[in-house]
Amino acid sequence: MDNTLEVDHLSVRFGDVEVLKDLSFQVAKGSSLAVIGPNGAGKTVLFRALIGAVPFDGTIRWMPGARIGYVPQKLDLERDVPITGMDFLRARARLTRTPDAHIAHALDLVGISRKVCEGMIGTLSGGQFQRLLIGFALLGDPSVLMLDEPTGGIDEPGQKRLNELIRRLQEERGLTVLFISHELSVVYQYATDVLCLGHRRACFGPPRKILTPDLLYEIYGAPVDYHVHDH
Amino acid sequence: MTIETFLLSIPMAIAAGLVGCFVVMRRMALAADALSHVALPGIGVALALHINPIFGAAAMLFFGALLVWAAEEKARVSTETIIGVLFSVALAVGSMMTSGEDLIEALFGNAGALSWPEICFSLAASGAVVAFVVTQRNRLVVMLVSPDVARTAGIDVQRLNLLYLATFALTIALGLRYLGVLLMGALIIIPAATAKRLARNLTAMLVVAVAIAVAATVAGTWLAHGLHGETGPLIVIVAAWCFLLSLLRR
Repeated sequence: MDNTLEVDHLSVRFGDVEVLKDLSFQVAKGSSLAVIGPNGAGKTVLFRALIGAVPFDGTIRWMPGARIGYVPQKLDLERDVPITGMDFLRARARLTRTPDAHIAHALDLVGISRKVCEGMIGTLSGGQFQRLLIGFALLGDPSVLMLDEPTGGIDEPGQKRLNELIRRLQEERGLTVLFISHELSVVYQYATDVLCLGHRRACFGPPRKILTPDLLYEIYGAPVDYHVHDH
Repeated sequence: MTIETFLLSIPMAIAAGLVGCFVVMRRMALAADALSHVALPGIGVALALHINPIFGAAAMLFFGALLVWAAEEKARVSTETIIGVLFSVALAVGSMMTSGEDLIEALFGNAGALSWPEICFSLAASGAVVAFVVTQRNRLVVMLVSPDVARTAGIDVQRLNLLYLATFALTIALGLRYLGVLLMGALIIIPAATAKRLARNLTAMLVVAVAIAVAATVAGTWLAHGLHGETGPLIVIVAAWCFLLSLLRR
């Protein structure tokens, strides 16, 4: 299997509402797939179907031995829950029988200090928390990283640093990356392929083919502007 | 209260403190209180069949835990809805099946002499609850932070959730003798809620919750002996004082 992921005729239904309908796409090993679309189009539902958290029809085939590191958009956790970042990372290390030294290495990689991780999870900033979740995923030595709006709610310099971190990890470790984003300039810059989910239809292909004004207008129902960084 | 009844209340308190931490962090405090009501019909049936009430209560509590699990996992109904409807019905049915002194004992506990089957059950159940929390602590932490992250970390979330609810039910069954259907939820919730206010990491929360649950049980029992009062309400009052004192800390 050359692809890390192959999806055929995927549909997800909640009661009478069909959230995803007949989706088919592939993700090549080591590539980046960006999932875009308006709110309520089913992007997070797609990710949750891919990790087996919601029932679906159709076929989802992961490459044999694929190890997924999942970074959700946000958590429903109270601020005062006394679980520290280190509690969370240690729990992962114990489950994967990873020595504690690997925690320090993961923290170095994602650029977060041990002192910050000694604080309660609910008190971490958006950027710190996303880095913690990526560090958690790295402790499982993933071959795939799935990120649901990783830069949502983070200031612009923080977004830039986080995007650079993800790119660096992808290059260094040969990761396949699937990410949900509303930032079309980032999608244009980093994605190998784009899956655009609309309320009526979905489309899949390289950014130059998908991120056209006409197609975006059709999917979002309004003109969409974005800035392209040419290097 | 006999000496063995008192000594067995300590492992019960340890179990309540440990399980309570995850109950409070998962915002299931209301469920802890309401699930204990499910024991009442089980006690009624056990009394009618002339068997030990604790076994009838334990059977009904497992059934209640299974219903909560099935509702959350399969029917996608919120836990609050299940609690609001089902557990109130259980209390109504249970109070119809039990009457007089039996009903008062079932509601508020009666820590009299224990039979050998009860002693064996209490020791085995306390050991099972403590072993579950200690061995599954890491999985419970990851599931608490995010069930989806837990799934991708190879944790069987559905199975762990069922085992957690069964452990929760077992803990309630353990304490019915001492605190009764109406008050056992309080010994699970109050020490853990106090520990949540005082602790800054998970280990500290578990230690503080266990310490408060044990201290409240010992002090409540001692006060009941001295004041010739009921044990269960005094255990809860001592635990509540600890919580009130924790509010003084900013």
